[in-house]
Amino acid sequence: MLSPKQTARIGRLVKKAMRLRGGGSALPGLIVEKIHPGFLAHALSDLPHGVVVVTGTNGKTTTTKMVTQLLRSEGLKVFTNPSGSNFTRGIVASLLSHVNKDGKLDADIAVIELDEAYAVHFAKQVAPRYTLVLNVFRDQLDRFGEVDYTAKLLAKVVEATTGGIVLNRDDSPVRDLATLVNKTKKIQYFGYDETLARYFPSDADLHGISDEKITLPPLSEGDVVLRSLSNHSATFSFGNHLQPSTKLRIEGIYNVLNVAAALALVRMIRGKACQESALLQEVATVKPAFGRGEAIDIDGKPLEIVLVKNPSGFRLAIESYKLRPADTMIVINDQYADGRDMSWLWDVNFESFQKSGINVVSGIRAYDMALRLQYEEVTVSYVDTSIENALKVFLKDTGSMPKRIFCTYTAMLAVRRSLSRHYHLEPIE
Amino acid sequence: MSKRIKVLHLYPREMNIYGDWGNVLTILRRLEWHGYEYQLVEHHPGGVFPKGVDIVIGGGGQDSGQSKVQHDLLAIGDTLHALADDNVPMLMICGLYQLFGRFFKTSDGVTIPGIGIFAAETYGGPTRLIGNTVTETPFGEMMGYENHSGLTLLDDTQPALGKILMGKGNNGEDKTEGAIYKAVFGTYLHGSLLPKNPVFADALIEAAVIHSGQKFEPHVIDDRFAHLARDVASKRPR
Repeated sequence: MLSPKQTARIGRLVKKAMRLRGGGSALPGLIVEKIHPGFLAHALSDLPHGVVVVTGTNGKTTTTKMVTQLLRSEGLKVFTNPSGSNFTRGIVASLLSHVNKDGKLDADIAVIELDEAYAVHFAKQVAPRYTLVLNVFRDQLDRFGEVDYTAKLLAKVVEATTGGIVLNRDDSPVRDLATLVNKTKKIQYFGYDETLARYFPSDADLHGISDEKITLPPLSEGDVVLRSLSNHSATFSFGNHLQPSTKLRIEGIYNVLNVAAALALVRMIRGKACQESALLQEVATVKPAFGRGEAIDIDGKPLEIVLVKNPSGFRLAIESYKLRPADTMIVINDQYADGRDMSWLWDVNFESFQKSGINVVSGIRAYDMALRLQYEEVTVSYVDTSIENALKVFLKDTGSMPKRIFCTYTAMLAVRRSLSRHYHLEPIE
Repeated sequence: MSKRIKVLHLYPREMNIYGDWGNVLTILRRLEWHGYEYQLVEHHPGGVFPKGVDIVIGGGGQDSGQSKVQHDLLAIGDTLHALADDNVPMLMICGLYQLFGRFFKTSDGVTIPGIGIFAAETYGGPTRLIGNTVTETPFGEMMGYENHSGLTLLDDTQPALGKILMGKGNNGEDKTEGAIYKAVFGTYLHGSLLPKNPVFADALIEAAVIHSGQKFEPHVIDDRFAHLARDVASKRPR
């Protein structure tokens, strides 16, 4: 077998070649995985602070971005996988530029975003020192099957974790993972104050199946709880100790809860070394991740791009943005990364668009989306499967309203690609 | 004033997954668009089964959902049989389709008894059958999306809903998909099924209207989006 050194070299060559032909994809990772299956484990072994896995259905990218920024503010050298490449081969591809000549990652800690299935695959190769589980919603069911099955996947990741686990205290399937953890591992929770419960419908609530009354685990000092929130600020407590209110730049109520998740995780990793008041100040500067409510300036007016991946995410996004009306475009693709099944569109409630209508619908499955809106009695002004054409129509319309695009994952990439020809967009990292 | 069509959604909490609500919504909207009034009622485990039902819609669920409804389903089995023999249209997707057969034996070896409206048996399979499907049926080609691990075997005497052209269908072996008994239809197809298959939706509605004692006089519905969505669906990878 080739040495890690040789493997990394070949991988980098492929990467360079890919870039020359304008590609840049997971192919180098695929090749490296084939010629040296142990590359990933080798590269990530011996990190001083180990490997952190961030998983769950919704909010992984934003949370990973926050955790990375917070750890960097604490002075650590952090490797993280670019969002969307949360397949092991994508991680391998991005590791190639960051390994030293012995094939070892040059960093203090790696923060890896992984969906549930890939997290299991990853944990078989590399035991995470820390794992953060955000939530379990019905997501990409065509890939995973059932919610109960997703919980089983997460259990495997939690079992493989050697140091500590951060769990969502208010999400039953996530909270229940604690019962699987043996006493040698540390558990901390993040969550929200019960007065905020109405903002956070669970998967069971969204499907009208919440029944039994639950008892929450008692809080300890390492837990982080979202206590109150207002426009662009929030208050957290560490255990029961209320902290000063924090300003926030990120959008969406769920992202604010994910701040609590990121804080709990970083506090666990840093332990006594943690600069807690500096951490709260750093949180205030975190910007939204691309496609998670990022705003682009289009001829002086904001255009927001909102990624929607599953029914719960779409419903929460509609709820979160309802208070700020905008001209709206919806782009639905059905590539593998989006999920092939269109059933999920029928689990989203579009009633709130009945008055305003939807301006433009596009994507490979534009007609499925238009059909969905027809049955919700929402009028659609323009339907076009070509994202390029649809964007032209959407942006030409020069009303006074801000604009917003809800899109699936590959649709978002296409939208960004098309927009970047005419407008300035932050590069994807 | 026309008589209201009574639409029953069976186990909306426990058996409602992959857009099953879309089927109920399609029936309600199209009834409205055809000029009929409706009343939507629900039946939950342990509840009293509503009287005077003209159409029944039921969906799929997780294994935990199936175990929550199985006792109630047996309790209302005779009522459902009587409705079926009275030509009440029913659409049962996935999990409830399985329990409308004789039994579902899970891969853990647990047998969940069904109500036997269909002469069929379901066995837990080793893998999930997942993907886009096209099925040839008496209502034209149906576009759907299957996602199940149970394998359903129909008795020789039990007619299928159709012949699978793309996808796996009942069991991945005999090319059958779904089952029909009078106006009762069982199928594995999500999608949601009815929005993209308006001919089938209208056939169910016609049976419901006739059951209510009225004549079915349909209006013209603009189904252009449905036809375009069908065209796209038929060309997508599995």
